[in-house]
Amino acid sequence: MTDLSKQKKRLKASIQIPLGERIFYLADDALMIFLCVLILVPLIHVVAGSFSDGMSYMTHSGLLLWPLSPTLDAYRSVIHNQNIWTGYGNTLFIVIVGTVLDMLCSLVAAYVLSRKNYMLKKFFNLMVVFSMYFSGGMIPFFLVVKGVGLYKSIWSLIIPSLINVFNLVIVRTAMTGVPDSLEESAQLDGAGHFTILFRIITPLILPSVAVVALYYAVAHWNSWFNAMLFIKDRKYYPLQLVLREILILSDTDEDFTMSETIQFATIVVATIPILCVYPFIQRYFVKGIMVGAVKG
Amino acid sequence: MTTVARKKNQAARRHLPLGARIRRDITKNWKLYCMFLPILAYFLIFKYGPMAGLVISFQDFKAARGVMGSKWVGVKHFINFFNDPFLPRLLRNTLTIALSTLVFSFPSAIVLALLINELRSRKMSRTVQTISYIPHFISTVVVCGIIRDLVSRTGGVTMLLSAIFGMPVTNMLYEPNYFVPIYIISDIWSNIGWNSIVYLSALTAIDQELYEAAKVDGANKWHQITHITIPCLVPTIVIMFILKVGKMFDVGYEKIMLLYTPLTYETADVINTYVYRRGFAENVNFSYSTAVGFFNSAVCFLLVFFTNKITSRLGGNSLW
Repeated sequence: MTDLSKQKKRLKASIQIPLGERIFYLADDALMIFLCVLILVPLIHVVAGSFSDGMSYMTHSGLLLWPLSPTLDAYRSVIHNQNIWTGYGNTLFIVIVGTVLDMLCSLVAAYVLSRKNYMLKKFFNLMVVFSMYFSGGMIPFFLVVKGVGLYKSIWSLIIPSLINVFNLVIVRTAMTGVPDSLEESAQLDGAGHFTILFRIITPLILPSVAVVALYYAVAHWNSWFNAMLFIKDRKYYPLQLVLREILILSDTDEDFTMSETIQFATIVVATIPILCVYPFIQRYFVKGIMVGAVKG
Repeated sequence: MTTVARKKNQAARRHLPLGARIRRDITKNWKLYCMFLPILAYFLIFKYGPMAGLVISFQDFKAARGVMGSKWVGVKHFINFFNDPFLPRLLRNTLTIALSTLVFSFPSAIVLALLINELRSRKMSRTVQTISYIPHFISTVVVCGIIRDLVSRTGGVTMLLSAIFGMPVTNMLYEPNYFVPIYIISDIWSNIGWNSIVYLSALTAIDQELYEAAKVDGANKWHQITHITIPCLVPTIVIMFILKVGKMFDVGYEKIMLLYTPLTYETADVINTYVYRRGFAENVNFSYSTAVGFFNSAVCFLLVFFTNKITSRLGGNSLW
């Protein structure tokens, strides 16, 4: 009994923290909680607004933390908005097909760029990296896309943005880390380049591949600017372009006027999927961003 | 014996005439080159094609005549741009927004990483990270939609500010003075967590023995942070800084386009948004717009080049 209390006392003494440090820790905790509140409040406001009654919201001002006279009306009209669902369909197509093609090209490109002993290695690498720092700009890009006949086609949102050089560099860096001996022994067994790339190297750098795929997918999901330039037919509008009409143009353009609760419900419907996937992929991107931090 | 022979062989190969070396390279690596062919085509068309397209900034480009048929006008468009009455405004706004991002957004992620690193409870630190990454996954269009609501006449932020500081109740997006703060604060909201990941992973790589040694020497928390944590972060900070400066003139024009109105052009119109408007929206002139974009790309490129030069001379941390 006395032994135990003595032990406890000793333990307490050993974790005595000076007053200054204790204040620091408390302030740190408080600051972080405050930050989380700041980040979450706008989101809570949106969700609360989406469940509110349209008329009550109109007469209300300030932040909402709880729905005003809760109702599902806003969601009902969102579900009946055909534009949102075609937008969803188009975006899903772009995200899935786009990400797969992006990854294929990036893997092949990174493989060639990370090989040794061929004459144009330096030239290829320089060519790729230079395009990261200098670009032709908006109008020439538009003209090129138009020139190759992709204007007004949904493929204009996939093919011109196949490779993001920054992502490519992440994959290349990961591949340089794979020991040569593996590749050499595979070569002795008669494996070709594609076998080495997809059967040996890719499985070894899976975390980086996952992260880069995530980057590509998020970029496709979020992009709207190219769609605004290239897509003229509403049938092919991706989700973000539809959202732009509902959320942004509705404030300024009378053709698109829409109640705010419906806007909120649209936000929720359009954001939930990506937020649902997010917890599952979080550990990947934290790991992979370290790879990306290694210099390009 | 064999190694000596191989070395001799290698030396001989290096002295082969260029033609023979190319032939040898092709016979040995033709599969690799074939593999790269589609990638090469992609880069030539979609990355270098637009660069070649910059020549239209020296022409009076007419879509019907194409690049070959349009009239050459030398540097007319560049001279026009330097005399453009909007030029001072564009430069001022671009610089203001770029520098504000550099001064406020950039360090905010570093501070957040340091604060998360000092949290004692693991659970707390994980929760803060999870929550602070969320906004990064919300699309720009949606973020701007939320901003529009929050700073409108009856919006939450407007109400809060008028209650605390007695600011007049207006739609803040129609007030030129509020544009940059709105842009920067929402930028921090979106990216602070995501940008801190890089620093957090650099922090976990610091050798814990350094702290033990410092504690034995009587260093308190503050000393540990200023003498160990921050110096260990410097290489990462420098690399992120170079990347940031390179992108500086590329201010997030997509977001600006979703937030500005003609009422706020005075503080919100930047070079890139002007390129868009002159290219597609008002007073359309492809050649002029391309010239403006060319100027912007060139400035960007020089910025990366020189920051990289300077930082590599200072500390040896550079991109290439």
